[in-house]
Amino acid sequence: MDQFVQQLLNGLFLGAIYALIALGYTMVYGVLRFINFAHGDVFMLGAFGGLYVHKALAPLLNALPWPLALAVVMLASMAICAALGIAIEYFAYRPLRNRPRLNVLITAIGVSLFIEYTGQLVFGATQQPFPAIIPRQNISGLGGLTVTMTQVIVVVVTTALLIGLRYIVMRTRLGLAMRALSLNPTAAALMGVNTSVVISFTFGLGSALAAAGGILYASLYPSVDPFMGIQPGIKAFVAAVLGGIGNIPGAALGGMIIGVVETLVTGYSQKLGIPSGYKEGVAFIILILILLFKPSGLLGKVEREKV
Amino acid sequence: MLEVNQLEVSYGTIKALHGVSLKVPEKSIVTLIGANGAGKSTTLRAISGLIRAGGGQVKYDGKEITNQSPHAVVSKGLCHVPEGRMVFANLTVEENLRMGAYLRRDKAGIKEDVDYAFTMFPRLKERISQLAGTLSGGEQQMLAIARALMSKPKCLMLDEPSLGIAPMLVRAIFDQIVKINKERGLTILLVEQNANLALAISHYGYVLETGKVILEDSAAALRQNPQVREAYLGD
Ligand SMILES: Nc1ncnc2c1ncn2[C@@H]1O[C@H](COP(=O)(O)OP(=O)(O)O)[C@@H](O)[C@H]1O
Ligand SMILES: [Mg+2]
Repeated sequence: MDQFVQQLLNGLFLGAIYALIALGYTMVYGVLRFINFAHGDVFMLGAFGGLYVHKALAPLLNALPWPLALAVVMLASMAICAALGIAIEYFAYRPLRNRPRLNVLITAIGVSLFIEYTGQLVFGATQQPFPAIIPRQNISGLGGLTVTMTQVIVVVVTTALLIGLRYIVMRTRLGLAMRALSLNPTAAALMGVNTSVVISFTFGLGSALAAAGGILYASLYPSVDPFMGIQPGIKAFVAAVLGGIGNIPGAALGGMIIGVVETLVTGYSQKLGIPSGYKEGVAFIILILILLFKPSGLLGKVEREKV
Repeated sequence: MLEVNQLEVSYGTIKALHGVSLKVPEKSIVTLIGANGAGKSTTLRAISGLIRAGGGQVKYDGKEITNQSPHAVVSKGLCHVPEGRMVFANLTVEENLRMGAYLRRDKAGIKEDVDYAFTMFPRLKERISQLAGTLSGGEQQMLAIARALMSKPKCLMLDEPSLGIAPMLVRAIFDQIVKINKERGLTILLVEQNANLALAISHYGYVLETGKVILEDSAAALRQNPQVREAYLGD
């Protein structure tokens, strides 16, 4: 029983990070109806952003209490990645705005490869250790369960970001414009929404969340490399589809589910007699099942055109 | 107030408008009638910047606005209610109205205009928290018009407000169109396939056929015109 609860918890911690990445996929899909395949690489850049900001500001950060240092590193990396996300959309996707969707999709794959190999050139191809910004210690007093400080921070930060995102989307003018744009771009434009501004804003927001996810992930599994975004990126994409692509709460839910299922499969693989390497395939099995049985996802609505 | 000169629009290689010209004087209701596919919606889309005009010009309030982006056009007080209503289905009635006021910052004025919209269309008030997608076609058309009015336009372009709507609601909607024109001095360009209905409330009319204006006159004269009677009024 204890082992099951432990696995469940571990899955939720991982799932929280997938959720942060999945939100970016789903929001961009909402406003542009396309999958930004370079999104996982922004997550990677977020982790490297954290690494380099930490290096650059080390004397200052060491003087601060660690939660403050973490906040500085995180906000800086989120800001950098928001700017990068906006730049990616501006230079790579915007010129193709009125072209067939497939052109943009292929461009996104190109952007992804470009970021990964430029990353290899700039950061080096080998794995680098990620600094222990969050102290590596266990929380005591949980009986047989092991929970680390990092895992607690993952939950706290993710929760805070989800609440903040919900506020932006539901309560602010730009959030309303985002929702309107994803429902009907023509009508939104006729209401005075500057579509390009809202699209940039959406890319910035999604990229900032991915950057936060990158730092949390690198704190949980403390090493970074230019290809670290591929697997989490794909899983988060599946999470977004599972939750219903374009649906924000769905992406968060989907992330949690993928994280839990993946962790349980890894945890019980020996008992079940499946090689643990199969955990990487779990997401794809889930993807195939959704596409077969509920293509609109758990919370997604079937899109219908009303005349 | 709104003036279109020799407007040309193509979809790919197919030309939809071959030099359309029309004038909408301030505080008047002008209608653009024509059969399905004549190019009525295309004319409105080109004016509001949803599609590019390949030639000609659009002047509004004395200034040229040809091929400006839709958000720039609406910010000048020229608002387009598109064909098919296009309400935001997953937003509530209230959120739809707030979207209409997207460019405005005056909270008190917005509140006042929401109330005005509700006195115009009381059915909307009863459904304030309902998702727009769950409204009937007629109610959606009311919402689309109310939403457009939230931008405080000086000129309103309506694309087939009667399309697919129960006759009783069509009457209510057309009564309100006349009322906002009279009471608020709103200039209106009304596109309709239902020529009877449109000519009954308009001051002036244009008849569009395959991308060209073939006839223009006062609404009263058009209703007497044999050619119009035969082709568009079902005589
Ligand atoms: N998106 C489009 N792509 C290609 N052709 C179009 C498009 N929209 C309209 N058309 C064509 O342009 C012409 C005018 O259409 P439209 O302006 O919608 O007519 P109306 O509103 O008078 O019914 C028609 O021949 C129509 O087939
Ligand atoms: Mg039309």
